[in-house]
Amino acid sequence: MPEATRPKPHLGHDNAWWWDMAAAGQLGIQKCKGCRSLRHPPRPMCGDCHSTEWEAVEASGRGTICSFTVLTHPQFAGFEYPLIIILVDLEEGTRLTSQLVDCSPEQVDFGLPVEMLVQEDADGFKIPVFKLADRR
Amino acid sequence: MPISLKNEAAVAGIGCTEFSKNSGRSELQLAAESIKAACDDAGISPSEIDGLISYTLDSTDECEVARAVGANHLTMFSRIHYGGGAAVGTIHHAAMAIATGQASTVVCWRAMNGRSGRRMGQGISGEITSSDLIHWSWYLPYGMLIPGSWIAMIANKYMHTYGVTREDLGRVAISQRNYSLRNPRAFGYGKPLRMEEYLNSKPIASPLCLYDFCQETDGGCAVLLTSAERARNLRQRPALVRGVCQASAREQEQMTSYYRSELISLPEMELAARQVYRQAGLGPGDIDAACLYDAFTSEIIMQLESFGFCKPGEGKDLVRDGGLDIDGRLPNNTHGGLLSEAYIHGMNNIAEAVRLVRGESTAQPAKRVEHVLVSSGVGVPTGALILGSD
Ligand SMILES: [Zn+2]
Repeated sequence: MPEATRPKPHLGHDNAWWWDMAAAGQLGIQKCKGCRSLRHPPRPMCGDCHSTEWEAVEASGRGTICSFTVLTHPQFAGFEYPLIIILVDLEEGTRLTSQLVDCSPEQVDFGLPVEMLVQEDADGFKIPVFKLADRR
Repeated sequence: MPISLKNEAAVAGIGCTEFSKNSGRSELQLAAESIKAACDDAGISPSEIDGLISYTLDSTDECEVARAVGANHLTMFSRIHYGGGAAVGTIHHAAMAIATGQASTVVCWRAMNGRSGRRMGQGISGEITSSDLIHWSWYLPYGMLIPGSWIAMIANKYMHTYGVTREDLGRVAISQRNYSLRNPRAFGYGKPLRMEEYLNSKPIASPLCLYDFCQETDGGCAVLLTSAERARNLRQRPALVRGVCQASAREQEQMTSYYRSELISLPEMELAARQVYRQAGLGPGDIDAACLYDAFTSEIIMQLESFGFCKPGEGKDLVRDGGLDIDGRLPNNTHGGLLSEAYIHGMNNIAEAVRLVRGESTAQPAKRVEHVLVSSGVGVPTGALILGSD
């Protein structure tokens, strides 16, 4: 029996492009063509200027930890525990939810700088995660 | 006299997308475009929308629509069941909302990829997804699969910012467990909880541990309403609805409103507070007891701030002073709540508020209870209710 893997995202018009960028090693942010503001998670209309025109820009992948939680129970197939989930404030100004890898639960803290890497699972699925930044 | 709907509401704008066999975009986008078009037709900004109504069959959540069109202050949203049977029902709800002052600018919508997605007559033809599935897809692949993981992220930031401790959460859990000791319906009946046991309980999603979580319960709970006039002639003392509202705010998500500039408050609950206090003509000083939604202990402390019982960051101090206990400023969840009575999605908290107004709680405070505040779920589009004695 093949080993269980993480649940995969449901893909549609409003998010498939982000996961396509991830598979290409990039972290995407949606940029409104009407008012040039960045937004995440993506959505098809800008809540400020109501434009439906947007483009995908590539983020630097650098940011800091805004908040975090260490998950220990219950444990689901496809994940290693303790599992550290973080909110990252990206340099560009948007925030995203991700996973902190190569880090012990004792090390994680508010405000630490992190950088993105795209992790490839055993089944070939690619997902952006973060590790503590080398230079702090 | 009941309020009549006659001549109270009118249609001021209509909007549609093109109709095709393959829209090439999400149902959320079709909803947003048609709503924007209706607003343009009426000559108003989508930011003025405060009510949203659709079909239970519609795949797009109200808070997703609201985020897309920039409707940041919803005070009323509803769904009508039975497929196409919902059509005029949406107008019915809108008219009721407008006639009763629940909302002033209500949009009814239905948006569907009925040929390229889910075909009514032929099952599924194309790609099936929804704004809801896409929403959860930002979390499930990362292992955020349980409510505790979604709430923990905000609880951790809030506690870090304001110096809230595990003991503070423990005080909430123990206060409610103490109430439940007297309630034969409650899970916690006859089962005291000590701080040491609380602090040593199993970690689940830091900073939350076992006793920060509500129960898992099989059960039902129902509440019947009629006119105040008729209620006075029935068997029980009436608990009058002083005010009631729904609330959804800027960057609202379902459980994961992580993308607001501030993570340490509950904007939707603050909107609910403003709306319900305004309707009732009351303020926090008039509230004698509460049944605040308590799926997690941290939610209670944050809501004390949302509803103005203290300033931001001071919820923990109110708890440390015994404010939630039976002789405190705001006796809260005197049945034990979702934490220690049962988890019936808050309907049992409404029932307890009725008992408090009747003076029939198993932990009835000694003081006179004239007004009881009840809230809906935390971290989701929510609402608030004030019940009062006759
Ligand atoms: Zn814009």
